Amino acid sequence: MMLSWLPVVTDWRARLRALAAAPDWAAAVALANHRLDFIQTNALDHVLRKAFAVPPASLATRPVRLAILGSSTTLHLHAGIRVAGLRRGIHITVFEPDYGQYWQELSDPGSALHDFRPDAILFALDAYHLTAGASARLTQPEADGLVDAKLAHLANCWSLARDAFGGAILQQTPLPILPNLLGDNEHRLPGAPASILARITASLRADTAGVDLVAIDGAAARDGIAAWHDPAMWHRAKQEIAVQAAPAYGEHVARSLAARQGRAAKCLVLDLDNTIWGGVIGDDGMDGIVLGQGNALGEAFVAVQNYARELSRRGIILAVCSKNDDDRAREPFLRHPDMVLRLSDIACFVANWEDKATNMRAIAQALNIGLDSLVFLDDNPFERNLVRRELPMVLVPEAPDDPALVPQCLADAGYFETLAVTDDDRARAAQYQDNLTRSALRANATDLDAYLRGLDMRLTWRRVDTLSLARTTQLINKTNQFNLTTRRYGEAEVAALAADPAGFALALRLIDCFGDNGVIAVIIGRPSGPDIEIDSWLMSCRVLGRGVEATCLNLVAAAAAARGAQRLIGIYRPTAKNAMVAEHYPGLGFSVIERGADGSRFALSLANFVPAATFIATEEEIT
Amino acid sequence: MTDAEAYPFLTEIFHDVFMRDDIVLTPATSAPDIETWDSFKQIEIIVAIQEALGIKFATSELDRMGCVGDLVGFIVARTAG
Repeated sequence: MMLSWLPVVTDWRARLRALAAAPDWAAAVALANHRLDFIQTNALDHVLRKAFAVPPASLATRPVRLAILGSSTTLHLHAGIRVAGLRRGIHITVFEPDYGQYWQELSDPGSALHDFRPDAILFALDAYHLTAGASARLTQPEADGLVDAKLAHLANCWSLARDAFGGAILQQTPLPILPNLLGDNEHRLPGAPASILARITASLRADTAGVDLVAIDGAAARDGIAAWHDPAMWHRAKQEIAVQAAPAYGEHVARSLAARQGRAAKCLVLDLDNTIWGGVIGDDGMDGIVLGQGNALGEAFVAVQNYARELSRRGIILAVCSKNDDDRAREPFLRHPDMVLRLSDIACFVANWEDKATNMRAIAQALNIGLDSLVFLDDNPFERNLVRRELPMVLVPEAPDDPALVPQCLADAGYFETLAVTDDDRARAAQYQDNLTRSALRANATDLDAYLRGLDMRLTWRRVDTLSLARTTQLINKTNQFNLTTRRYGEAEVAALAADPAGFALALRLIDCFGDNGVIAVIIGRPSGPDIEIDSWLMSCRVLGRGVEATCLNLVAAAAAARGAQRLIGIYRPTAKNAMVAEHYPGLGFSVIERGADGSRFALSLANFVPAATFIATEEEIT
Repeated sequence: MTDAEAYPFLTEIFHDVFMRDDIVLTPATSAPDIETWDSFKQIEIIVAIQEALGIKFATSELDRMGCVGDLVGFIVARTAG
């Protein structure tokens, strides 16, 4: 799937129409940052060219005038290139000479190409053109001579372009589309077209000083040549690059142009739980998280960490942004034997319960880099979309659910495209050594309400019954962090609590526009004189910060009132892991009855209770 | 796909490719009827059909796609059974 790291676009036609009616560069950039197919790319390009025939004033990027010098049809590639530039906030004007005239245009100072004054030139010479003259008939010396002549021609093109225009010179790598004559040992037939092409391609990689490769051969190898080249369309329209690959082709061109402007991402920000290890450290603990050899999933997470560490060794800064208690989040970095990443690899470590957009701002500020230099890797679509919405300049890949696929996803996205490596790059990791340690974060400027409203959240609840008993019991016994009393019960005990008509045991499920989060909370109430005491309240940390707690309280208060209770009694029993909920009940409007080192009690009068307004609808599950 | 299903399917593709939602297709509709229907758009239409249906037309078929009726005929034939 091409552009698989970009999110799928919703309301495509409406958004395109709105953009056409009221052109806006930022809105166009936002739309370009979706997984657009070639037709959508063409449509967006159509609107773009109408509204922004010339670059808008005051762009942070440098506009590019790109000339494509090709030997076959490349007109169908312009839109993909312009839209991929737009994705990076770069305005690209594309020019190409008349069909088949690239050499004449390059040589003639009075040509339209010279009039255009390009600041970047892309040589897009097709495999047939590059191997013209190749044949099985050629002897070895003849084949060598042919390769030399072709390489000399390329060098000549580059040199003419450099002398005339002085800008970037891009060379598209040939696509390996020529059929073999011998087979796997094609190289032993020196004059074979595929042999000649392979040698030219290898030479491009060996020595192209001052020329940047647009290596579509690698992309085509991963996607399958058939996704990039259609022989039928070659014969019909001399399109070496298939039209459906045009958006991906444009990506590779625009990446190179952006890198030249220093507009590649600089920092990879990693979520922790279920992103660089399996499971939730706060609940599963050091022994429970999945990481390391001997287990396929654990090895896949090791591979994610390895890829991140290799990126840091070539100059990409690493940061952590996790919803966790800070010391809990650091523990694997300090003590887990299978961790590849260590605290010394992390330039900025942020683990707290703030929303992640706020934390991304803090990370950019601490590292003194722009938000548009951050790539945010998180398995949770809620967090990804919050950051996208609040900070559209942050690069947020649609991380595959399977960690085994994550490193290639990051590589495919090309966020860190860099044209060369310097000594500074190699030394960078050492320059950043956790320079942000639990510092106070800046004021929260995130418009969470607007985001939450759009999530279409529903909290459904059911009395714990045979259907939900197993999952409920499991949660009761593994939840450590958001757990007010940490009372552990077996299935029989839970069933007995649920059967008491004077009390209740609720299993709550959260559904949002990303899907069903499953049972995320369990709340058990027991009669206690005229009141109901909340024996257990536990919740998955994954759904923190959305108003789920207040919505749960609305349900619990209603359930208690229905049983004639006067008050709800809340209990907090501190453990080594549940400090995060110490102020849970006061935060929900309970008053303090008593506080102590072994526990605290709180009360809420039901007579005066006003349900809190949240963005979560509630309903009873009936099955 | 039947004829009756192929027309709305193809109409959607035409609306996307030409960025107009007022195009009404008849069997006789051909390139001269739609202002920007050139050889590039023809390829886009064909590739869009191929991608949507997971099929690949043969060069000989591509040579015989003059009007919408032809396209529908090939779509129906290639999606039959």
